[in-house]
Amino acid sequence: MNKLIKSITLSMVLAISLTAALAGCGTKNETDTGSDISGSVTAVGSSALQPLAEKAAQMFMDKNKDANIQVQGGGSGTGLKQVSEGGADIGNSDVYAAEKLPEDKAKALVDHKVCVVGFATVVNPKIKVDNLTKQQLIDIFSGKITNWKDVGGDDMKVVIINRPSSSGTRATFKKYALDGAEEAEGKALTEDQSGTVKKAVAETDGAISYLALSYIDKSVKTLKYEGVEATVENITSGKYPIWSYEHMYTKGKPTGAVKAFIDYMTSSDFTSSISEMGYIPNSDMKISRDK
Amino acid sequence: MLKEKYKNSKLYYLEHELLGKYTVTFFGIFLIILTICLVTFIATKGLATFFNNHYSPIEFLFSTVWKPDRGVSKGGPAIGTLIFIVGSVSVSLLALIISTPLSVSIAIFMTEISPKLGKKLLQPAIEVFTGIPSVVYGWVGLSVLVPLIRANFGGLGFSLLAGSLVLSIMIFPTIASVSADAIRAISRDYYEASLSIGATRWQTIWKIILPSAMPGILTGVVLGLARAFGEALAVQMVLGNTIRIPHSIVDSTVNMTSIITMDMGNTAMGTVWNNALWSMALLLLIMSFLFIILIHKIGKKGVSK
Amino acid sequence: MLKSKTADRLATVVLYIIASGIILLLLSFVGYLLYQGRERLNLHFIISSPVFMKEGGGIGPQLFNSLYIVFLSMIITVPIGLAAGVYLSEYSKPGKVTDIIRFCIEALASLPSIVIGLFGLLVFVSMTGWGYTLFSGALAVAVLNLPVITRISEDAIRNVPDTVKEASLAMGATHWQTIYKVIIPTALPALVTGLIMTSGRVFGEAAALLYTAGMSSPNLNFDDWNPFHIRSPLNPFRPAETLAVYIWKVNSEGLAPDARQIADGASAILIIFVFIFNIVSRFLGRVLSTKFAGRKN
Repeated sequence: MNKLIKSITLSMVLAISLTAALAGCGTKNETDTGSDISGSVTAVGSSALQPLAEKAAQMFMDKNKDANIQVQGGGSGTGLKQVSEGGADIGNSDVYAAEKLPEDKAKALVDHKVCVVGFATVVNPKIKVDNLTKQQLIDIFSGKITNWKDVGGDDMKVVIINRPSSSGTRATFKKYALDGAEEAEGKALTEDQSGTVKKAVAETDGAISYLALSYIDKSVKTLKYEGVEATVENITSGKYPIWSYEHMYTKGKPTGAVKAFIDYMTSSDFTSSISEMGYIPNSDMKISRDK
Repeated sequence: MLKEKYKNSKLYYLEHELLGKYTVTFFGIFLIILTICLVTFIATKGLATFFNNHYSPIEFLFSTVWKPDRGVSKGGPAIGTLIFIVGSVSVSLLALIISTPLSVSIAIFMTEISPKLGKKLLQPAIEVFTGIPSVVYGWVGLSVLVPLIRANFGGLGFSLLAGSLVLSIMIFPTIASVSADAIRAISRDYYEASLSIGATRWQTIWKIILPSAMPGILTGVVLGLARAFGEALAVQMVLGNTIRIPHSIVDSTVNMTSIITMDMGNTAMGTVWNNALWSMALLLLIMSFLFIILIHKIGKKGVSK
Repeated sequence: MLKSKTADRLATVVLYIIASGIILLLLSFVGYLLYQGRERLNLHFIISSPVFMKEGGGIGPQLFNSLYIVFLSMIITVPIGLAAGVYLSEYSKPGKVTDIIRFCIEALASLPSIVIGLFGLLVFVSMTGWGYTLFSGALAVAVLNLPVITRISEDAIRNVPDTVKEASLAMGATHWQTIYKVIIPTALPALVTGLIMTSGRVFGEAAALLYTAGMSSPNLNFDDWNPFHIRSPLNPFRPAETLAVYIWKVNSEGLAPDARQIADGASAILIIFVFIFNIVSRFLGRVLSTKFAGRKN
């Protein structure tokens, strides 16, 4: 019995000292084995960009065995904060840094637009409406129109499903689809997750919301905006305005592995993966925005 | 001879008694240090709203205007959290109202009606309920409960009722097991005496056992309330998160933990918005301390009786 | 008298109905989960990695992370909790200090796990500069668990019969030797049962881990068991998404077409593991207690 306790104690002590030793050696293992790209990169932030960044990291690491890219979610705010304080090498964000950070801190960051993401208005499949004008959409989201019959549908109550006010998706939708109009407070359901939004729209009669194109499937119905369909072609040609850049921010000019990774994200090697996952590569865009 | 001497020496005593004693004492004290650390960290972050951004605690607690993203031109961010507080309180209280009668009935059943079934069936069942992760509760609530409520009670399904039902199942094990312990602690003499003067089993339970076990049961209820108050993910999945005071139980509403989980990652530390979220976390912490004090008060009452 | 007899019968019937209702609820709850996840309850799903955008991803790394976090956090909490439990049951004297410790234990135990997660974000993630790591997650869970383990240890030690203790002291052992050589071994079955039960709870924790262990799992190389290598599963300084967090994330960012099935399958697996923890703890408790009881008599 004593032996048992002794061995348990011993193994505990060993394990603790091991973790302590590991803690001592820290996380930045800069190994140099002669290959041109090595070292650790951490990218933190936007959950909308996370799947794509993870995919890129995976492919990048398959090519460069000595590089180690860690991608983490946590939200755009977290990403910008971490990169601005040196907690991460790259901050992933759905919005421009100036919208989340104080001006002096945002100025110190360098913006890399890695791809474009489009958003569409989605409604419950039972709704007969196919198209909404900008004004109709504004009226719906600001609570002026509360029944689908006012926009040419059946007699059914409008149920708005919104994103939390801190969400980048909501900011984009508000800015480009609603012209910055104030949404009605206290009327909408709020779900902070694309999956839950989709589920709620699919199951709730009269529901309307908005989703990134990558999340849209058969369970919800996509609406035209001002008669224009939310397709990749319409976004790249500039006909359809509801889209935003996905950003990777670095503090100052990137170097070494960080630079190599960001370059890879926007390189032609990765273009097909971007399209495959429902995002739009920068190279396809025939138009651009600077704000 | 030498061995004897060593056994009675100070060194031996130090090695075989004091060393151990002081080590475990240190770890006992460590719990205090840890608690102080936790409170200090959360408090420094949580109080920044009032000391650095100069918002008044009164506005924070009693205003219903939550516009943390409002531009400076329109009067700057407003961070009234009354809606979230009301949401947290109402969803937890409703969960208690649903859960307490059931939990106490189960506790009575396990201790007085059929201890055998209690031990064989209900005790393991309670343990499994305790072990089910909150994400799973939320997921099942979202997949089953929300559509059910939508079909039978109207509204959107995402509602105060859905949140409370999910919570009531989650806090049931806490209340039931604490109540069962309290009932078990009542002396069997009471029970025998009551039966011997011709009272039925139910009269004995109702008139003798429950009143004497009341402090223990109340402790369980407060613990359940504390748990309901702090639950984050499961509630957020089914509550609907509409920023308004609910008018009926099928209305969707929002609570403190939901807004924290939704906005914490998307706001940068140091901004007013983010500080306000930390202040809410501090409020949650203060609430759980208040619950503990309340439990102690109930316990003292029980003793003085 | 008849009236009270009827009331008695009625009450008994009602209580039976409520009790069966609860059992039924549990069975349907668990049954629903297992039924929904039935298609995924296979080895492939359990050991393979998630895949992007395609069907057929598994939960291997997440399951591993869950177990690893449980293991690490236990290594941290058990010695501390056990020591604190020994102090409270054997050495503490009634007074201010003991009262304060008890208050702290209760306060820690009643803290919402999201608050502990935020504390972890502040201290283990930002202040230490580690970022989201498995180790930060383990520490956060350790904070969450410490009061529980302390209470379990204290109860287990208190339940050791006084005769055992007195016999040891009469033999001339010091108090500490008695604790170390007699009391803890006697309390071991209860301790082990309690600890494994608690592990089951850690296994399903999500709120405290969202902001500490992170919501991503880097590519793990399951052939590399050197904990210092960054892609080794054993490296505690990598982000680690656990199974419960993964369910949360699949729900939110699931890009795979079968996201719904993955969440169902993962929930079923989670429940099965909770059962396993429960059964193992009871079994071990029984085995250990017969073993020691056999030795003692």
